[in-house]
Amino acid sequence: MSIIPRVTWFTEEDRKRVVAEAVEILEKIGVFVENDEAIELLSGAGARVDRDKGRVFIPASMVEKAVGSAPSRILVYNRHGEPVMDLGEDRIHFNPGSAALRIYDHKKKKTRTPMTADLVRFSALTDALPNYAAQSTGIVSGDVPEEIGDRYRVYIALQNSVKPVVTGTFLIDAFRVMHEMLATVAGDQGALAEKPMAIFDCCPSPPLKWSDLTCQALIDCARTGLPAELVSMPLTGATSPVTLSGAVVQHAAESLSGVVIHQLAKAGAPIIYGGSPACFDMRKGTTPMGAVETMMIDGAYAEIGKHLGLPTQAYMALSDSKRVDYQAGMESAMGAAVAALSGINNVSGPGMLDFESCQSLEKLVLDHEIAGMALRLTRGIAFRDDPIALPLIEAALEKKEFLSLPHTAKWYREEAYFPNAVIDRSTLEEWESKGGLDATARASERVEKLLSDHEPEPLDDAVRAHLTELMERDAKRYGMDKLPVT
Amino acid sequence: MEKFLTECAQSIIDGNAEKSAELARMALDDKHPVLEVINKGFVKGIREVGRLWEEGAMFLPELVMGAEAMKEAMTVLQPVLEEDAAGKSAAGHVVIGTIEGDIHDIGKTLVATMLSANGFEITDLGADVPVVRFVDEAVEKGAGCIAISALLTTTMSGQKKVIEELESRSVRDKISVMVGGAPCNDDWAKEIGADGYAGNAVAAVQLAKRLTGA
Repeated sequence: MSIIPRVTWFTEEDRKRVVAEAVEILEKIGVFVENDEAIELLSGAGARVDRDKGRVFIPASMVEKAVGSAPSRILVYNRHGEPVMDLGEDRIHFNPGSAALRIYDHKKKKTRTPMTADLVRFSALTDALPNYAAQSTGIVSGDVPEEIGDRYRVYIALQNSVKPVVTGTFLIDAFRVMHEMLATVAGDQGALAEKPMAIFDCCPSPPLKWSDLTCQALIDCARTGLPAELVSMPLTGATSPVTLSGAVVQHAAESLSGVVIHQLAKAGAPIIYGGSPACFDMRKGTTPMGAVETMMIDGAYAEIGKHLGLPTQAYMALSDSKRVDYQAGMESAMGAAVAALSGINNVSGPGMLDFESCQSLEKLVLDHEIAGMALRLTRGIAFRDDPIALPLIEAALEKKEFLSLPHTAKWYREEAYFPNAVIDRSTLEEWESKGGLDATARASERVEKLLSDHEPEPLDDAVRAHLTELMERDAKRYGMDKLPVT
Repeated sequence: MEKFLTECAQSIIDGNAEKSAELARMALDDKHPVLEVINKGFVKGIREVGRLWEEGAMFLPELVMGAEAMKEAMTVLQPVLEEDAAGKSAAGHVVIGTIEGDIHDIGKTLVATMLSANGFEITDLGADVPVVRFVDEAVEKGAGCIAISALLTTTMSGQKKVIEELESRSVRDKISVMVGGAPCNDDWAKEIGADGYAGNAVAAVQLAKRLTGA
């Protein structure tokens, strides 16, 4: 068998040191908590609360207990109840980056506000691309009221792909609606809890702040059994220490406090040690996801997550470029490789441009090949025979080639990953004869081909009707009487 | 005097708050004309800091340190300026905050620091500020401008609500509104009827100057 290639960021001693200091921060500095129920949970369990300042000081024993009760493996299911994400250890999965406010329209060569039709295409396209284990509510639709933007994405996603959904709430009362939609598709709330088909992002604000919304999302996830994904986002030198190691410590403190709140709401509920840190750009004041240091922080905190025995996530395989160009490919591929070699379980990012704010269908198709290569990378180099090569070389001597050996036919598909046609491996003559298209142009053709060939499996009529009823009722509350036509 | 003014400017460019405060105190002790010290000394320095930042020669930490040094110097000089009513150099009063439901405040704080360094009087309401509070504070303090930050798409609609609140109290014509934050842009500012959008702290200073006529 082969070993899984891995990079290591810290010594065991350093990992312990990072966690110990994070625990010390929670004891001494505490966290700002905006949510009354979370404060009650923490105070009830023995944390000291300074109510005037909203700060909660969490003792080490509470952290230890919470980390101990959180599961180290999380299964996430598709619409058919099949486990398609097995989060834990070094198993990696890819899904598109989420919650883009804009879409890059390749045909018009411009960035614009996405509409319902874009959400439908995005979800169907993700459904058609096998290297994506999950879909994400990757685009926020501009044609519905902002207040319902979060659940509207889920409404569209559930209809256009069987894959589980990585998502999150924008408003506190959205969780209930989204949960009901998911339960409708899963059968009922019990079935959904048993086989969760969504992951909810919960984002603390750096440094060490838990908003009302995020706390509530953590608590709601814990109680309904839907996996919560912690997304701590230290920005080096802006909202966290400037050193990468300092950012990892702050990330650990924020994440551990999240695990505590979550496990207090329900011990044993699934929670993912994720994040979206950035090496803050001191020239532009921006948060580059494509910076190599951002990727290093990602790999390093994931290593801390593994050390704590928790499944991990990161926003990688994405780019800050505004177009699907050299920079986009470079940053996305490098991120995916670092993520894969760091053994990050849930890699969210494909399709994304412009600091996690713009989705591109062409990039989603191109990144699918990056994901394919990264997945191949983590399978390592196998020893399939013993002796390894000698008899094969002997046999080939006679035939003067290896192509016709049964051994070649037996193994070539397992040894190599075959990227689809967006990656060009033809000769110059063939490439020129087929129009001499660059990668983005090839991807654009492929987007259209996949969308016309692939018919996502439709939802059962009754389920679909119920979803629509839920969505319509909710939309009416915000002044929208008729949903956009899908 | 010329040498002294150059030193004042340099202390801001160096981001040396200790030095700038010391020079400010020296200016008072030696009875230098305060307005001249500010305008031809410290302000010259902060302008240079802004220019160097826009040019890409300075990065954010130097920009912020320059602004902090400016604030320190002004803290020393402000009381004297206020005694001398005619010499009021404050460019205007800006009420600034991050909108309700949003607890991100780094961008907002950066803008507040730069505005303050450029002579604006600042009321920083912090983060998660209710719509009515922006208006209450601006009316009470007689501020000519409200600056509203939002980092989330879900909270940016609050910026519009502040404008509506100003309109409902019939004070919209007296108070200009500028918006900023990751999801905002010029189109958004136009759509909600704000007076302007700024994409960074230096641009925010220019915008505030334009809006307040400073």
